[in-house]
Amino acid sequence: MAINGAAAELNIVVDDQRIRVAAGTTVAAALFNLGTAAFRTSVSGEPRGPVCGMGVCFECRVTIDSRPHQRACLIAVADGMHIRTATEA
Amino acid sequence: MTAHHDAVVVGAGIVGAACAEALSRSGMSVLVLDASFAGSGTTAAGMGHLVVMDDSPAQLALTAYSGRLWAALAPELPRNVEHEACGTLWVAEDDEQLEAVRAKQSVYADSGVATEILSPAQLAEAEPHLRPGLAGALLVRGDAVIYPPNGARALLQRAITNGASVREGVRVNAIGAREVIAGNERISCDCVINAAGALAPELTPGIPIVPRKGHLVITDRYPGFCRHQLVELGYLTSAHTMTTESVAFNVQPRATGQMLIGSSRELVGWDGSINRSIVRRMLDRALDFMPGLALASAIRTWTGFRPTTPDKLPLIGSWDEMPGLWIAAGHEGLGITTSVGTGQLLADLITGRAPAIDPAPFAPSRVLAGVGEH
Amino acid sequence: MMAPLAGTDATLIVADVAVIGAGPAGIAAATRAAESGLRVVVLDRGLETGGQIWRHMSGGPVPRMAQRWIAQLSRSGAQVIHGTSVVDVQHEDAEFEILADSSGSALRVRAGRIILATGARELFIPFDGWTLPGVMGIGGAQALLKSGASFAGKRVIVAGSGPLMLPVAASLANSGAKLILVAEQARRSAVMRFAAGLWRAPALVVQAARYRARFLSTSYSTGTWVTAAHGADRLESVTVTNGRRTWREAVDVLCTGYGLVPNIELARLLGCDTRDAVIVVDAQQRTTVANVLAVGEATGIGGEPLSLIEGEIAGSVVSPRARISDALLRKRAALEIAARRMLDAFALRQELRSLPTGGTIVCRCEDVSYGAVKDAVCARQAKLYTRVGMGPCQGRTCMPGLDFLLAWQPDTVRPPIEPALVSVLSSELADDAAASILFNSSVGEAYQ
Repeated sequence: MAINGAAAELNIVVDDQRIRVAAGTTVAAALFNLGTAAFRTSVSGEPRGPVCGMGVCFECRVTIDSRPHQRACLIAVADGMHIRTATEA
Repeated sequence: MTAHHDAVVVGAGIVGAACAEALSRSGMSVLVLDASFAGSGTTAAGMGHLVVMDDSPAQLALTAYSGRLWAALAPELPRNVEHEACGTLWVAEDDEQLEAVRAKQSVYADSGVATEILSPAQLAEAEPHLRPGLAGALLVRGDAVIYPPNGARALLQRAITNGASVREGVRVNAIGAREVIAGNERISCDCVINAAGALAPELTPGIPIVPRKGHLVITDRYPGFCRHQLVELGYLTSAHTMTTESVAFNVQPRATGQMLIGSSRELVGWDGSINRSIVRRMLDRALDFMPGLALASAIRTWTGFRPTTPDKLPLIGSWDEMPGLWIAAGHEGLGITTSVGTGQLLADLITGRAPAIDPAPFAPSRVLAGVGEH
Repeated sequence: MMAPLAGTDATLIVADVAVIGAGPAGIAAATRAAESGLRVVVLDRGLETGGQIWRHMSGGPVPRMAQRWIAQLSRSGAQVIHGTSVVDVQHEDAEFEILADSSGSALRVRAGRIILATGARELFIPFDGWTLPGVMGIGGAQALLKSGASFAGKRVIVAGSGPLMLPVAASLANSGAKLILVAEQARRSAVMRFAAGLWRAPALVVQAARYRARFLSTSYSTGTWVTAAHGADRLESVTVTNGRRTWREAVDVLCTGYGLVPNIELARLLGCDTRDAVIVVDAQQRTTVANVLAVGEATGIGGEPLSLIEGEIAGSVVSPRARISDALLRKRAALEIAARRMLDAFALRQELRSLPTGGTIVCRCEDVSYGAVKDAVCARQAKLYTRVGMGPCQGRTCMPGLDFLLAWQPDTVRPPIEPALVSVLSSELADDAAASILFNSSVGEAYQ
């Protein structure tokens, strides 16, 4: 599968909603553009979103393809990717 | 001139804290001294497993007694102690180990500890992430888990409520006859309790306690992945035999959903650095039992030193070489569990009450009499 | 929830030099070392070469300077491995063995020398509401923007300290954000003195003017800072003060950060001396540990030009016939002076020490409040009693701010220095793994 240029789009699923995003986007940017506020739920139940953008702060953690605690800012979207936000713990 | 105290406890680890709690509850005026801060030594490194163990009849008596004391205390503990009544599963790999599980059940029953034997299917249902094909397990429902540093602080807080005082950052230089010397201070008292754990021999020469290093790994939060404290049946052998190094499968679910992965034992003096090959062996052992742990994120490792005696039993009682000196040290890997039993036993001995369990196996005089490895 | 991995064998790479970090400093170091014929491997956490500063807009053009260096790097023969976090390093005989989590697989790299180019992260000082979604780092916003996020139409305030604010404000304005305010905490006089000194580095003057021109309609206020963020489930407004007047601004995004914190954890794990939270190096960029060099922001915040020169020097130092030109050394000296002037100009004001209230969350991983930790005698006690700094970020986000607020000394560093899969920590080299990946082999190229 070869995707060339910025215009290429692919499909991802965010919390059961299917959306199209530009290839080369990080998961964090894709969620931000969707208007997602709570990427994760903190240990005391607060909504949290991305802070450092570079893999240091772990605030943008989401579940990707059933694997919890993935840093959305370090992972590029991939066709067919399933993302779940605001998961507890 | 510092005020006179009935008792000075040296060391505010969980054992010292439990001694202070029991002594102050008996009406004694108690001062606790710690070179650093409460719960900062071996207590800080411990897993916090409240477990009944049967390496010897004396160990079974002390752990079962302590388990009952913890259970009574549990409803009154602050939330940050994270007391979780998760129970222990002693996992048997094959039929031979299952036989040992049956024997263990009857030994526990004799001590009044209720257990259940789980079939392979029941075990798989109780812990779906254990590898298939295990022979079964012994479930000890009464066992629990706490967060040790805050456990020590909770016990100290109770002692303070009983009138005890605690001074942290005070290093004791020497223990004399009915006195403690800290810097240029001499603190007089009726009795001194050396509860300095693996450092106890520095203050009381002749105590045969050596540091036995252990490693732990903690993961990120995976709630529900593991539900009971899981220990392989071979753990007892690892704890008992004084080999230079050994590992055993021992995984604990924390209240946070994190998992603590242990355990290792090494005799390497006071070298606290992470031994990568031991960590690898320990994790391999864990993966052997719980393959799915492979994809868990490990966020931290650390080491600690178990205060270990030749016969693996703690020293609880008077030290006849020095008037007024009592020892409460040498709890190996069971200090979190046996702290409360130790405190109560020691307070009973000091105040002349009849203890609930036989104190003879813990008498420090046994090591002076030359009881060695058995 | 989790499926077991197929195997836990680690991949092995044997190199002469391992460079940690593919920002400007690491790129320059790797390029010069590889040009001399050494086998060089570069490990980087990010998805692309360039680090934070040379991160380019997703699908957009790469800055010219970055283009030139990245092209040189790829010609040099150095191998860059992305998506790779270093979690441990050990020293045996004359060789280092690095353990990394490379996109979920274990990677071990053996090298005779290490060049640390681990860069820096932002300094955050906690305040009420800073945990609300919509409050992010200044560099964090830049990173998000460059990785494809759209800020078009969003009301944005950039508030904090340091020269990073200008380019970020400019790119946000450029991308269509409604920039409401750029608030620099430093005093006007200090910032002006610094700006006046820029004539020593004319390129910076031109750059600064160009950035400012992009958001001329927005107020750039010195001596101004944000004291609180408000909102229900996301940021709605912030409280701003200049010490005399306090007011509210409605915003969607607050970009905040008070300068940079060098990433020195790996250096500390290796046993390198650090001073004032910076890796100590000599004139040759050598640390206090033999065969470990360090370059770029981790050796002191100095910006891209200084990082490049330090990288070039270190890359030359490890080369077989090391020769460092006097011109490079002179340039480095001049840039170091400029860097010190910058740090002085943006010194943090005392009022920031009272930003957090007792209820302010300081540790985002474990939700620990300032009130719970502020009376601890040391960082270790606070960690043990409250779990502050004990989450997956390992204190990288909260501890520098707490060091500023409470003058704590950093706690010890142990492996893994970043969270790593259990399978990675338990990995071993297969018996036949010795040098299974060699340079210029087809396997090695597969990593590019």
